[in-house]
Amino acid sequence: MSGISSARGDLRIDHVTKSYGDFTAVNDLSLTIPEGSFFALLGPSGCGKTTTLRMVAGLEEPTKGTISLGNTDITFTKPYQRPINTVFQNYALFPHLTIFENIAFGLRRRGIKDVKEQVEKALDLVELSHLSARKPTQLSGGQQQRIALARAIVNRPALLLLDEPLGALDLKLRRQMQIELKWIQKEVGLTFVHVTHDQEEAMTMADTIAVMNEGEIEQLGSPADLYDNPKTAFVANFLGQSNLIKGTISGNDGDNHIVDLFGQKISLSKNRSHAVDNSILAGIRPEKFRISRLATPTSGNILSGGKIEDVSYIGVSTQYQVLMPWGQELMVFEQNDDGVAPFNVGEDVNISWEAGFTFALRGDEDAEAGTEVNPEEIIEDDE
Amino acid sequence: MMSKSGISNPRTPYLLLLPGIAFLFTFFIWPIANLAQTSTQTPIAGGDTGEYEQTLRWANYIDAFLENKEQFGRSFLYAAIATVVALAIAYPLAYAIAFKAGKFKNVLLVLVVAPFFTSFLLRTIAWKQILGEQGVVVPFLRDLHIIAPSTTLTSSAFAVVAGMTYNFLPFMTLPLYASIDRIDPRTLEASGDLYANGITTFRKVTLPLSMPGVVAGTLLTFIPAAGDYVNAAILGSPQTKMIGNVIESRFFKIVDYPTAAALSFTLMTAILVLVTVYIRKAGTEELV
Repeated sequence: MSGISSARGDLRIDHVTKSYGDFTAVNDLSLTIPEGSFFALLGPSGCGKTTTLRMVAGLEEPTKGTISLGNTDITFTKPYQRPINTVFQNYALFPHLTIFENIAFGLRRRGIKDVKEQVEKALDLVELSHLSARKPTQLSGGQQQRIALARAIVNRPALLLLDEPLGALDLKLRRQMQIELKWIQKEVGLTFVHVTHDQEEAMTMADTIAVMNEGEIEQLGSPADLYDNPKTAFVANFLGQSNLIKGTISGNDGDNHIVDLFGQKISLSKNRSHAVDNSILAGIRPEKFRISRLATPTSGNILSGGKIEDVSYIGVSTQYQVLMPWGQELMVFEQNDDGVAPFNVGEDVNISWEAGFTFALRGDEDAEAGTEVNPEEIIEDDE
Repeated sequence: MMSKSGISNPRTPYLLLLPGIAFLFTFFIWPIANLAQTSTQTPIAGGDTGEYEQTLRWANYIDAFLENKEQFGRSFLYAAIATVVALAIAYPLAYAIAFKAGKFKNVLLVLVVAPFFTSFLLRTIAWKQILGEQGVVVPFLRDLHIIAPSTTLTSSAFAVVAGMTYNFLPFMTLPLYASIDRIDPRTLEASGDLYANGITTFRKVTLPLSMPGVVAGTLLTFIPAAGDYVNAAILGSPQTKMIGNVIESRFFKIVDYPTAAALSFTLMTAILVLVTVYIRKAGTEELV
């Protein structure tokens, strides 16, 4: 079939807004996804990530803004004219067709000649060649997921969209598929745009992650960037866990700020501060903390006066809740690798960490943002 | 103590089947056997009208068929046209109710079955008015010069087929709706995503997935339509007589029981054969 755009190149989403009546699902979103990258749109349900994906696929039309692929504007192009394929959340395999015909569907629509050969190659890639004569309902969830992937990849689209493709799989299979997807992306060299609410999934697979919240992008960067140097409390809490402590910048020392946290001084690298004035939220990831008994000498930033409130042993690490003198409970993950006897509830301890691990957010941010997202309270962004 | 679970008694399934079997035997198998017996009888020599004796005259079938070839052909032709027209009307309707109606879905479904709230006969007689000289349709078509001023629509093949199409439309619409409503709209999105335009998506995805409804709907329309005599009796003329009308008059007016019975059996067999071929062709077993 003719009429399919042959556009290639970076995907550019330019000031795109999508409203449904009074509800704005996506708000003035701008984003460039480089060709060949594995890109993740990460956010809680209702954040607009699926709507964004559907607009790229052509299943929804933006209210405002443009979407282009390379130099071609595809904002209002029909889905069947876009060189873009989607792996749907529930796979959406054709129940009346065999696995072979499911995968061949896109090739046949485009009038490709060597359908058989290409389908077999795609089946090989997902290691399910032996199932080509079956019907989708005869396959397990994990197998259907791979067929959905093969059905999209076989077309060599300029862009492959994955809408929570692993959501329906159990944890073990999900981990395995994450690694496999990443391998397949490298193998075929296509641009993958992956939508997920699972931060671990996004971090495992993507080169670049855009964290979305309420229709806007909170922060964009590599997984390590986002984790080590989050810009907002939402990102700090949504990607992993964070201890956020209210403080004030009280002085400078070369490249560092001196920060007053409830009367105790710590240091913070200036280029890791996203504060706009002296009032800040100092952030430290729980695994960066070290707990020490009062007599033990420590270096780096130190907060003293802690008391162990709770201990949970979880194998690779032990998780502590430490109550600080100002009434805040800090979370500390200690690796079980140093032979130090575990701390007991009620013990008086100090907490220390490498100064370089500290990050700082604006002091007026809600320290709880992104910690608890209840999907049932938010309108699903599917439709 | 008696067991609470009836399953433990091996006779329970048979006891549960008994009312159904008794009913079917009394009102289906027994009359059918009777009918079969009647179909090979001949008039008693010197007997009264309506008196017959069993002579196993199988030639009754041949005579009956040859005498009424025309009506047989007409029945299947009218039923086929009515089925195709009903399908053409019901498919878009069922599609719209399933996918586009939103909150009006249930209201529309009630409207589809609403005609059943009045009698089948009354509704058919109403069509006589609709298509009659005093109705809206005839003057309208005459004004537009679509039909000649002398042409009437009542007592015509058109009226009979129109009446059948109308009367059996819900039987077409409901199974179609049930079948289309079960289609996951995301498979249609997936089809568009995989380079199929609207028409191709309909041909390759929507239609194959709704085939169970198409098959069920066409059977539920065609079978009763082929044996129908009410529409032809009320809306037709002697030139539009269907096999149902012949059977009716043989049984109740001419009291020629053997011919009526032979015609009934021939009709049943013909429908059975047609339906079997149709289901084979439509390949419903391939549909999940």
